[in-house]
Amino acid sequence: MGMGSDMYRQQILDHYKNPRNYGELEEPTFSHVGENPMCGDEIRIDVRLDDDERIEQLSFTGDGCAISQASASLLSTELQGATIDELLEMDRDDAVDLLGVEVSPMRIKCAVLAEKVAQDGAEIHRGELDKERTTTEDDEE
Amino acid sequence: MSRQTAETVDVEAIREEYPILEREFDGEDLVYLDNAATTQTPEPVVSAMSDYYREQNANVHRGIHHLSQEASVAYEDAHDRLAEFVGASGGREEMVFTKNTTESENLVAYAWGMRELGPGDEVVLTEMEHHASLVTWQQIAKRTGADCRYIRVDDDGRLDMDHAEELIGEDTEMVSAVHVSNTLGTINPVSELADLAHANDSYIFVDGAQAVPNQPVDVEAIDADFYAFSGHKMAGPTGIGCLYGKSHLLEEMEPYLYGGGMIRKVTFEDSTWDEVPWKFEPGTPPIAEAVGIHAAADYLDGIGLERIREHENELVTYAYDRLTEHDDVEIYGPEPGPDRGGLVSFNIDGVHAHDLASIMNDHAVAIRAGDHCTQPLHDELGVAASARASFYLYNTREEVDALLEGIDDARELFA
Repeated sequence: MGMGSDMYRQQILDHYKNPRNYGELEEPTFSHVGENPMCGDEIRIDVRLDDDERIEQLSFTGDGCAISQASASLLSTELQGATIDELLEMDRDDAVDLLGVEVSPMRIKCAVLAEKVAQDGAEIHRGELDKERTTTEDDEE
Repeated sequence: MSRQTAETVDVEAIREEYPILEREFDGEDLVYLDNAATTQTPEPVVSAMSDYYREQNANVHRGIHHLSQEASVAYEDAHDRLAEFVGASGGREEMVFTKNTTESENLVAYAWGMRELGPGDEVVLTEMEHHASLVTWQQIAKRTGADCRYIRVDDDGRLDMDHAEELIGEDTEMVSAVHVSNTLGTINPVSELADLAHANDSYIFVDGAQAVPNQPVDVEAIDADFYAFSGHKMAGPTGIGCLYGKSHLLEEMEPYLYGGGMIRKVTFEDSTWDEVPWKFEPGTPPIAEAVGIHAAADYLDGIGLERIREHENELVTYAYDRLTEHDDVEIYGPEPGPDRGGLVSFNIDGVHAHDLASIMNDHAVAIRAGDHCTQPLHDELGVAASARASFYLYNTREEVDALLEGIDDARELFA
């Protein structure tokens, strides 16, 4: 059995072992938490917006499988400077594209968790959504 | 397959009856170690079911015609055979067919529990219950005002029997216990629990989904009042489960599902019920599946449950010993021996169980990762998920080696 699993390329392992933007922000504009019950993954996302409603900083904390944690780290780098609308326009394919590998169907929820938490947090911030926690078992689009 | 070290069963010959085991994924041989979830189906079972569809298919208990008579006899006989398979001397009058173990739990919880339980009553379960039993009794208790109590699991993954003695008392109406834990692998002393239940004028329901496929089970020796198991975990088909019940209890219980095929006389105002087990089996039942589970019982008895148990014990001992060579492995449940069945749940430091299962899958090694339908037990263990390898009569030592190589691979990736 050789090394090198298709789903665990260097980028994912790197972001899993050395997550970018990991930690809590001191004065976030909004924060939101969520989980993927299947894996027991948990993600908290803190976002600070600048005066133009652009994402000045997005950081996360969490615990879970490599796919969910690497996704959060990759998302945090991708979204620096993005607008809320750009965040809300992302779909599940975008989350998978960030990972840069094919994600098996059973693991899609791990890959989209961070994106869903960030999006729900943004909608709650805008007053368009009311929920305490996000779970990947809800409203699959 | 290379030579088997276990003399207990002729694995090479056995594997020939499972064409699915020859499957490859991206050039790698399938290594199927998810038998606690579902077992594979051998040719004698598949052909019994296809023969039924080719030659006997009809509805049961209705037709005057030849086919319906043959199908009815085959369906009824399967009840007697499965009763015999688990040591129930009463035959079909003590054997109800359901969809699966979960439905068997629900049948008793509704038909017995909703009538018998009330405020102040207690149902005693174990911390290692499968959700099939835990969620069912928890919800029936909520509806009836009864309470659920849970027998503690000790650090070795065994039931704390002192705690069981403390909990099972005069308020206890039902004890519901898993015979073999699908997560810890623990073989529980269900006969002792039955004695405790009966000494306190209560009943015991035993979830035998992980026991019946892998070891000889005698419901009368256990003195279980109810005992449930599934076809698809014992080399049989999905869609059929079994509920053994002492005949006087099944007689006294009202039906839980209503409809055709379970009645004696119907008027616009009222209905009366057919005999046990038919009063619990409304509608067209799983007939081909009954033929299949009958064939599975014949198949397993032909090999011998003692030998299957011994074979699994050898595999789990080997896996356990090899896994514990590494400090980064945490194994749940007791050491191999008389009270551990043929499965092992574990975690590797720094590798999430789902990542481990995905890496295994890249090498065509099928294991389970998750909470295995025992979330409260995983909470007690302090983990969200674990990986589980579970063995059956067709597994080999080489397949355990493939599991270990997969773990090494994951270690390297995540180092």
